Amino acid sequence: MSVTLPKRPARRLRLVRSQHKAPAPAPRKWFTWRRSTPYLLILPAIALELLIHVIPMVVGIWMSFVELTQFFITNWGEAPFAGLDNYDVALDFSGPLGVQLLESFGRTLVFTLLVVGISFTFGMSAALALQRFRRGRGLLRTLFLIPYALPAYAGIITWKFVLQRDNGLLNELLTTLHISDERAFWLIGGNAFVSLVIVSIWQQWPFAFLMTMAGMQVITEDVYEAAAIDGANTWQQIRHITFGMMRPVNATLLLLLFLWTFREFNTPFVLFGATPPDSANLMTMHIYNSSFISWNFGLGSAMSVLLMLFLVLVAGLWALWNRKVTRNA
Amino acid sequence: MREQTSFRVFRWLVLIPLAIFTVLPLYVMVTSALKPLRDVQGAFEWWPSNLTFSPFVDIWSTVPLAEYFVNSLIVTTSATAFSVLIAIFASYAISRYAFRGRGAFAGVVLSTQMFPGVLFLLPLFLVFVNIDKSLGFTAVYQTRLGLIITYLTFTLPFSIWMLASYFNGIPRDLDESARVDGASALGALFRIVLPSARPGVIAVAVYSFMTAWGEILFASQLTNSASRTLSIGLQSYANETNVYWNQVMAAALVVSAPIVAGFMLLQRYLVAGLTAGAVK
Repeated sequence: MSVTLPKRPARRLRLVRSQHKAPAPAPRKWFTWRRSTPYLLILPAIALELLIHVIPMVVGIWMSFVELTQFFITNWGEAPFAGLDNYDVALDFSGPLGVQLLESFGRTLVFTLLVVGISFTFGMSAALALQRFRRGRGLLRTLFLIPYALPAYAGIITWKFVLQRDNGLLNELLTTLHISDERAFWLIGGNAFVSLVIVSIWQQWPFAFLMTMAGMQVITEDVYEAAAIDGANTWQQIRHITFGMMRPVNATLLLLLFLWTFREFNTPFVLFGATPPDSANLMTMHIYNSSFISWNFGLGSAMSVLLMLFLVLVAGLWALWNRKVTRNA
Repeated sequence: MREQTSFRVFRWLVLIPLAIFTVLPLYVMVTSALKPLRDVQGAFEWWPSNLTFSPFVDIWSTVPLAEYFVNSLIVTTSATAFSVLIAIFASYAISRYAFRGRGAFAGVVLSTQMFPGVLFLLPLFLVFVNIDKSLGFTAVYQTRLGLIITYLTFTLPFSIWMLASYFNGIPRDLDESARVDGASALGALFRIVLPSARPGVIAVAVYSFMTAWGEILFASQLTNSASRTLSIGLQSYANETNVYWNQVMAAALVVSAPIVAGFMLLQRYLVAGLTAGAVK
C-alpha cells in the first residue's frame, strides 16, 4: 500500500461509475489535482496507519527476535540479537514456559468455542423469537442490547460483585433455591473458568443478536408466505428459509466472534485483577503477565506474534472455506 | 401468519431466561447503588433496607473519580474527534474513487481487526519509553497524549470502515451532479455528502467514543496516577481487599448512563452501521 504521490501517475483514476463526460485525453502530466485527489484524501489516514499500526507491528516483530529483558527496555539499541531463541523457548513444550503457553492456548480455545457457540445460539434464538413478534419487541430488543452498550468494565465489575462469595447475588440465589447448600467461591480455583465463560457470554451474545436480527430483516415476508402456501410449517420455514438465507451473515458473525473472543483480555483482567487464577489465565493475559511482570518483552512479543499467526491462519482457512461454500451454493 | 404452538412455546422459553440473565446484573447495579454500606457487606439483599443516594456522593472522595472522569473525557473525546475527522476524508476516497492501492488500503484497515491488542501494546510501550528518554521529559509514556495515540489504533480503522459504508449508501448522482456544476471534491464532500451522512457520522463518533471509553488493555500500562482513566481507576479499586460495593455500583452507573443513553438514542443508526459490512 505504498502511495508515493508524484512517481505514480494514477492512470485508472476517475470517479467511480462516472457517467458524465470524461476529460479529453490531454497530454499526460505527472501531477494533476484531479488524479491525486483520492491520494490526498487518504494521505492523513495512511500517515496515521503507518504511525500506529505498521511501525508498531514492525517493531513488535523485531522485538521477538532480540533478547529484550528488563535491562534493555530503556536502551533497546543495546539488546543483543537472539535469533529464534524467543520462539524456541515459547514453543519448547518440554520446558515450563512452553507448557504454560500450550496450556493457556488450549484453555483459550475451549473458552472461545464455548463463548462463541453459546453466544451465537442465544443471539440466533432471541432474533428468531422476536422476528414477527409485535408486542414488546422494541422493549426487549433495547433491553438485550444494554450489556453491549455498557462500558465493558462497568458490566464486569457488576458481575464481580454478583460473584462474591459472601455478599454476592449468585450464592444467595443458589442457596435460596436450594440448588447448593454451601456458598462456593466463584472467583478462585476451577469455578473461575465457569465465571469467566458466563460473564463473557453476557457481554458477547447481544452482538450476535444484533447481527442475526439485521440478517433476518433482509428476508422478505413473501418468501415465508410462499413457503406457507406450499405447506411448510414454522419450523420448516426457519430451517430451510431463515437458516439458508442467513448463511453468509452467520459465517461472518462466527469469524468475528471467534477473533474477538480468542484475544479476550478485559473480562479476566477486571474479574480477577492482574494475576488471574490458573483456570482463567487466557492467552492474552498470559502474554501480558510474561511481559509486564517478568519484564521479558522479547518472549512476550514472540508469543504475540504466534497468537497473531494463529488468528491469521483461522481467518485464512475461513476465507478458503467460505469461498468454496459460496461457489457450491 | 399462523405460528405453531411449539414455536410459541419456544419463543417464551427463549425470551424469559434471556431477559432474566440480562437483567439480573443490571438490577444488582442499580439497587446496590442505592444501598447503605451495611446492606452490601452481609448476605445479598434484594432491596435496600433504606434508600440512600450517599454512595453517589461518597464515591468521589473514596477514589479520585473526578480526575479519572476528566482524563477519560479528554482522551476519549480527542481520539474520537481525530479519528472521525481523518476517517471522513479516507472513507470519501474509498467510497467515491477507484484508484490504485484502494483495495490494499481497505484490506489493511480491515485486517487490523484480526490483530490482538497486546501485539501493539508491547512495541508502543517500548517506543514511548524510549521517545521520552531521548527527549529528556515525559511526552508520551503514561500521558494523555500517548494514550490518545494508542486509542487511534482501534478507533480509526473502525471509523473508516463504518463511514465508508454510510457514504456508499448515499447516491453518487448527488455529488456527481455537484461536481458537474463546478464544485471541487472537497466542496462536494462538505456540502453534499457530509450533510446527508450526518446520522452516520454521529453514529461513528458515538461508537468510537463507546469503545475508547471502555478500553482497558492499553490504559493499564500506559497511564499513571495522573493520567489514569475511569476503566483502570475502577478496575483497580474493585480488586482491592475491602471494597465498598455500593459506591462501586454507583460509580459504574454514573459512567455508564451517558453511554447507554447515547446508544439508545442512536440505536437505529448504530445498528445500521455495525451490521452493514456483514449483511450486504
